[in-house]
Amino acid sequence: MDTFLNFVVAAVLAATPLLFGTLGEILTEKSGHLNLGVEGMMFMGGVAGLAGTYYYEKAVGEPDKLVAAVIGVVCAFLCAMLGALIYSFLTITLRANQNVTGLALTTFGTGFGNFFGEIMGNAAGGYVSVGTVIKAVFDEGIPVLQDIPIIGKLLFSYNFLVYLALAIALVLSYFLTKTRKGLNLRAVGESPATADAAGIPVSTYKYLATCIGGGICGLGGLYIVMNSANGTGGVWVHNSISGYGWLAVAIVIFATWSPLKSLICSLVIGALSVLPYYYPITFIPSAIYEIFPYLATVAVLIMIIFRKKKNNLPPASLGLAYFREER
Amino acid sequence: MTYENVKKEPLVRIAKRPELSKGKATLVRLSSILVALLIGGLLILVLGYNPIAVYADIIKGSLLTGTALKSTVKIAVPLLGAALAIAPAFKMKFWNCGAEGQITVGAIVSTYFALYHVDNLPSPVLFIVAFAAAAVVGGLWGLIPAFFKARWGTNETLFTLMLNYIAIGFVKYLRIGPWMDKGQMFPKVPMFDKAARLPEVFGVHIGWIIVLALVIFIYVYMTRTKHGYEIAVVGESVSTARYSGMNVGKVIMRTMFLSGAIAGIVGWMMVCGTNYTLSDTTANGYGFTAIVVAWLSKLNPFTMVGISAFLAILQKGSNTIQTNFGIPASASEVLTGLILLCMLGSEFFINYRFVFRKKTVGGDD
Repeated sequence: MDTFLNFVVAAVLAATPLLFGTLGEILTEKSGHLNLGVEGMMFMGGVAGLAGTYYYEKAVGEPDKLVAAVIGVVCAFLCAMLGALIYSFLTITLRANQNVTGLALTTFGTGFGNFFGEIMGNAAGGYVSVGTVIKAVFDEGIPVLQDIPIIGKLLFSYNFLVYLALAIALVLSYFLTKTRKGLNLRAVGESPATADAAGIPVSTYKYLATCIGGGICGLGGLYIVMNSANGTGGVWVHNSISGYGWLAVAIVIFATWSPLKSLICSLVIGALSVLPYYYPITFIPSAIYEIFPYLATVAVLIMIIFRKKKNNLPPASLGLAYFREER
Repeated sequence: MTYENVKKEPLVRIAKRPELSKGKATLVRLSSILVALLIGGLLILVLGYNPIAVYADIIKGSLLTGTALKSTVKIAVPLLGAALAIAPAFKMKFWNCGAEGQITVGAIVSTYFALYHVDNLPSPVLFIVAFAAAAVVGGLWGLIPAFFKARWGTNETLFTLMLNYIAIGFVKYLRIGPWMDKGQMFPKVPMFDKAARLPEVFGVHIGWIIVLALVIFIYVYMTRTKHGYEIAVVGESVSTARYSGMNVGKVIMRTMFLSGAIAGIVGWMMVCGTNYTLSDTTANGYGFTAIVVAWLSKLNPFTMVGISAFLAILQKGSNTIQTNFGIPASASEVLTGLILLCMLGSEFFINYRFVFRKKTVGGDD
């Protein structure tokens, strides 16, 4: 029972960074923009969050937990948003190809993260590392509640970013299905020309969705850099975020562009990734086992075509630039 | 747009530009690189280094000595090869983001021959067999997403992306499983025997000659053959292609087989010519960077030579500035990213122009 409980907790912790990336990308793709720069934005968010908390700690000496949390989140969000803003400007205003721009953003963001991570490390004489107080901010669960037997561990032992991700998923789901603005956004992603004719400011929606989506992706990077159970624990490690961004892009498909389903899908992928540590798997080699998420994604990609359910298909204009004067 | 805005012409609007002359277009692209280098220089300056000295060091460290030049060419060759692989697919507007995986499967097959048939095949035969096998397997790996796209219209960008990670995951399996070098602490694939390493011409493995031949081949294939014409038509309009009697599915599958095959060949030269072993990072991101190289070259094979050489210079030179200035080598990725983003942006100014609202109040229309 104890092993199972630990396994569930570990699965949730492993799922969270993926969930951030997935949610950010869902919001982005709903506007019709396929941003393949998720990984780059995660790197930018991660390094900025680390920098923010690290310099805050250096400046005050005795950091306040709440302030540190806010600084981490805001820095990560804004920096990743900056990456998304470059992408938006190029693909929305300058109409550059989305695939290529996203890949260029991944190159840039990965370099940006590693470069500044190492620059900070050099300045600190080796590597950057935040103190125990700040580490605790990104690791500790909810006080008192987490001491309840079983339920406390199962529900209240996570760091605040886990609850933030959950909240974003719920809000995003509500926004996309229940509000007028959410429906407008989906209209923009399905058919920008129709949305434009209906008087929806297409570019504004596209800009906001890609930029906020990018910011959310950045929180995934923050999580990986700051959390010690499923990340590097407040230390910059070269290329530590590699792979998460692409997995997030995969989960978007797996979840068929639905924020609520992405909760389950990222949890499944997270659980699969930590399963061998709790229940050793002997019948398949671990490396083959690690391919499963990608195989499953391919299967989903094919399946959604056959099921032909409108709700499950990608936004119709995904990947296409919109230019009003062109038809 | 709200009702009030409709009455007034917006301050700036965007209009398509009549074709810009070739010289002017090149000028715009070159100045975008300059802008990127200026931004990079500013960054270097902020960090407290002399940008001119740093840039000079990049040039010195990548071009001015024999060994440096050779390493630079060794970076440029696979990058160019992968960009050539991507070009036909992109011309068809089939967004093949899977060159990374196609390179990897080509590398896996080549490694199989290099490890297990080095004793029973003479070197030249071994190279040819591995080359052919890498091309075929790379082609088949590219054919999978093409088949599903042609038949059922699956999204090829996402499909090819996923196949990359499946291929790389399989390498990891081989590395820690059946192909592990037993004598090592760290699980890795053994180094190739001398007989399985590609010969060198002018100090660089013969892959460079093959890639240069491919430049010509792709140019002729795309501009002078029926296949190339079909690719262009499918890329412009699938309906037009269908009405004129082309078998669109066949064109897609054939082209992706070719694309994957060339990427597979790049994998072959990576393991037999450069690394002499197989690892998870054999493809080294070339498959991704190549997409941008191909796109920025407007799919012109000759322009690709220049752009891949340029990016190779940056990558090699950044290792030098790490040694000499203590600037992290990731600077090359930052600079590469900046250049790519600036060049992508500059395409806009070649295709479109801004039209400002006329100054006269009330307007003349």
